[in-house]
Amino acid sequence: MPEPAAPLAVEVRDLVKVFRLRRSPGIGGGRSAAKTIVAVDRVSFSVAQGRSLAVVGESGSGKTTLARMAVGLERPTAGQIAVGGRERRWKHVGSRERRRRAREVQIVFQDPYSSLDPRQTVGRCLDEMLRLHFDMDHARRTERIAALLEQVGLDERHAAAYPRALSGGQRQRVAIARALACEPRVLICDEAVASLDVSIQAQVLNLLSDIREETAVSYLFISHDLAVVRQVSDEILVMKDGRVVERGQTDRVLDDPADPYTQRLLAAIPRPGWHPVADPESDLVTS
Amino acid sequence: MTEAPTTALEPSELSGPPGGSRSPEEEAQEAAGRSGGVWRLVGRAFIENKMALVGVGLVVLITLFCFVGPLIYHTDQAHSSLNTNQPPGGSHPLGTDYLGFDVLGRLMAGGQSSIEIGLAVALAATTFGVIWGAISGFFGGVVDAVMMRVVDIVLAIPAIFLFIFLASVFQPTLLMLIIVISSLSWLGPARLVRGETLSLRTREYVQAVRVMGGKSRRVVLRHIIPNAVGTIVVNATFQIADAILLLATLSFLGFGLPPPAPTWGGMLSNGTNYLFDGYWWQVYPAGIMIVLTVVAFNFIGDSLRDSLEVRLQKR
Repeated sequence: MPEPAAPLAVEVRDLVKVFRLRRSPGIGGGRSAAKTIVAVDRVSFSVAQGRSLAVVGESGSGKTTLARMAVGLERPTAGQIAVGGRERRWKHVGSRERRRRAREVQIVFQDPYSSLDPRQTVGRCLDEMLRLHFDMDHARRTERIAALLEQVGLDERHAAAYPRALSGGQRQRVAIARALACEPRVLICDEAVASLDVSIQAQVLNLLSDIREETAVSYLFISHDLAVVRQVSDEILVMKDGRVVERGQTDRVLDDPADPYTQRLLAAIPRPGWHPVADPESDLVTS
Repeated sequence: MTEAPTTALEPSELSGPPGGSRSPEEEAQEAAGRSGGVWRLVGRAFIENKMALVGVGLVVLITLFCFVGPLIYHTDQAHSSLNTNQPPGGSHPLGTDYLGFDVLGRLMAGGQSSIEIGLAVALAATTFGVIWGAISGFFGGVVDAVMMRVVDIVLAIPAIFLFIFLASVFQPTLLMLIIVISSLSWLGPARLVRGETLSLRTREYVQAVRVMGGKSRRVVLRHIIPNAVGTIVVNATFQIADAILLLATLSFLGFGLPPPAPTWGGMLSNGTNYLFDGYWWQVYPAGIMIVLTVVAFNFIGDSLRDSLEVRLQKR
């Protein structure tokens, strides 16, 4: 629920991530000349509570690294991330702090086939999340699991199913239910619909916007698909080679792009009468 | 939808992507997925495998022979008699050895220690190796480097010399043999599980647990080890065979359980002294038992591995 004291759900300032390519980390290793890659270069943005921001860009533009840093899977080289007004620290993160962060930011991964443990039924997967975060007895957890499944358009009978028995769209719904189980302020969707086919994509996107209306959760939507982005986001951030090249209201950016890169991205969307243009400067046609 | 009764649901009710028709294969997968998970699938593939049946059959027969046999066929394996080197026949179906022990009875008694040590070693070495490998692979970095160097160092010690050294320092007992053989057998599972863990820890479902705020212990015990359990079980089966073979080697060299404890390796060793006298019954039975037991466990391990590949294909 939004707090009047903290209108911003996420605030990111000058975030930098440098990856060091080096030999395997062994004793005495890692001292060789290191090659570095700047994946994210001084990116700043903020998302207000209940709002939705999309980060778009081609493969390798640093958008996934951004998401992984926001959720705590990757440690920024420099810069600050504040969630709900609280600054993230990166040293000595205890398990209590980690659980607390989990209640702030959750992520839905791209591939629903690898984001669910094949040896866990849907019910046990959600149950694990609830046990970690809430002091509920068995009956209340069962109730909550049923409610979560209903919220994502599944029903409680799916609780007994293994992920293998579910379709891609259903699995992604389970992943969303799992992320919602701990009632986060921010939900990061890292290409969450990219691997689903178009009709299922639309269903999941509708589901996401319904959930936003119900729970006032904020979205950080990572995508390369501009059509998807138009449907779910209020604002847009266009990234290229780790930098932000354009930002603004979704409609403005998509209808009247200012940056040449954004224009090329838009030109690369297949549409009736569209022909791939050979553009020596970019590989957008293939990505 | 939610008011529907929770009993007896068809797979088609459970999951139906709109307008999607599914092949019978998918239906079967779904049924398997709902009715009992991965092991149902693996079990079916295992049962259909002839090699697996031969392996399991042999192990059952050998176990019955060693543990139930002595209850039916009574022999004295503690006191030697003057009735030495008798050829098969009469009251001794497989003859007697150089101390007058009945070979058939000795075969049964010797098998008991082989199977006991084999199972105990597989259990101990696998448990320790799995924990070691999972920790090493999961934490990575310096922890991994140090833990794996320890494995490399222990691996560099020639097993037979170490055993001979230990056996001459300590009086070999059943427990000591188990500990000693285990202390070198955990290296295989440790490396194997480390490799599995390295690949499993990058899976998104493992990362999802981290994002949930799950502790490392939970991730390793609940998500990584259960997903590596197939590989672990296959390896444990081979561990049994290896331990039995190693035990036979030690006994053959005279560093196994001290006499008069019956062991297959010891029988083989004593038998070879009389090979040129034509006392074949003192060599072949023990040799055949060792080979049969080792082959049986290897059959099981191989078929288990094949069945697990079936699981991987159908995942």
